[in-house]
Amino acid sequence: MLLGRIQVPPSVKRAAVFEVRVIVQHPMETGFRRDYEGRIIPLHIVQHLACTYGGREVFRVELGSGIAANPYFVFPVVASESGEMVVEWSDDRGESGSISAMVNVA
Amino acid sequence: MQRGCVFALCISSAALAADPPHAGRARNGSEFQSADVRALQSDDFANPMALWVERGEASWSRAYNGRSCAGCHGDARKSMKGVAARYPRYDAGAGEVIDLSRRINGCVVGGLGARKLEAESDELLGLEAYIALQSRGMPVNVAIDGPAHATWEAGRELYFTRIGQLNLACTNCHDASWGKTLLAETISQGQPTGWPAYRLEWQRPGSLQRRLRACFNGVRAAMPAYGSHDLVALELYLAWRARGLPMEAPAVRR
Repeated sequence: MLLGRIQVPPSVKRAAVFEVRVIVQHPMETGFRRDYEGRIIPLHIVQHLACTYGGREVFRVELGSGIAANPYFVFPVVASESGEMVVEWSDDRGESGSISAMVNVA
Repeated sequence: MQRGCVFALCISSAALAADPPHAGRARNGSEFQSADVRALQSDDFANPMALWVERGEASWSRAYNGRSCAGCHGDARKSMKGVAARYPRYDAGAGEVIDLSRRINGCVVGGLGARKLEAESDELLGLEAYIALQSRGMPVNVAIDGPAHATWEAGRELYFTRIGQLNLACTNCHDASWGKTLLAETISQGQPTGWPAYRLEWQRPGSLQRRLRACFNGVRAAMPAYGSHDLVALELYLAWRARGLPMEAPAVRR
């Protein structure tokens, strides 16, 4: 299980735009680096990350080897109704992670 | 002869009073970082160290052999307040000065009966970051009297000794040239208040010992091993040199 963190405002007004912040712990090894013995350090990256809000997808990203370690995402979402914000991601070795937070629309 | 020795002692204590030879005030490492890096450090969510702090917080209460850190030490937010600001310190059990990571491992092995956490492992850095966070903003305050004094002196000597193919001592950069640039870097005063820190160059957190080893490598000297007396002594001297500066661990560095 990969580690990540999510942040949403404690409460938002209906129809307001709010920020979702997500950070995922991952080495994001590019596959281009070599170790001290000259051997290639194998590629190891998060490939997919998606976020659903009340069951509806609101954000999706395909990551490549150009993304820094421990990728950090910030994206705006319109507050439609109270619901769970769920972020799920998976890397190229079949490992995955997920994290969620409750959005309370006043 | 005896009078000569006393005279020499006087000179050396005069030199001590002059440590550190900063022209101005002591400055924390973050003051030498760009505005972006400082913003990243002060944002408790975006600071990547938060991931390791969370890991450390989980380790703190995780039971192992029916025991846990929290079992003895309770709530870290209370019991660990100010602890990191007092390390490295003399440990009677070990019979020498030890740093925080060795203190943690002492508990992991002796208290929990678990296997020693590897230097620079996520587990160890997580616990160290979580404990260091509880001292954020508190002044560095290490003891260098009594049994710690010899270690402090060894650290001080190393700090002023030229080493490596470049023949540089710590003081040549971090006292004589701080604020100037070395390639694209601004040379800091070498204050150790932010460690363990997330270093962008490493793309992960690292301990102060790893950072010190990088300086040894930079002047093309042999790097002391993790946990070696040289590194611990240097850590103690640097902490004493930073006395009074507020702790800012877990920090972000370039």
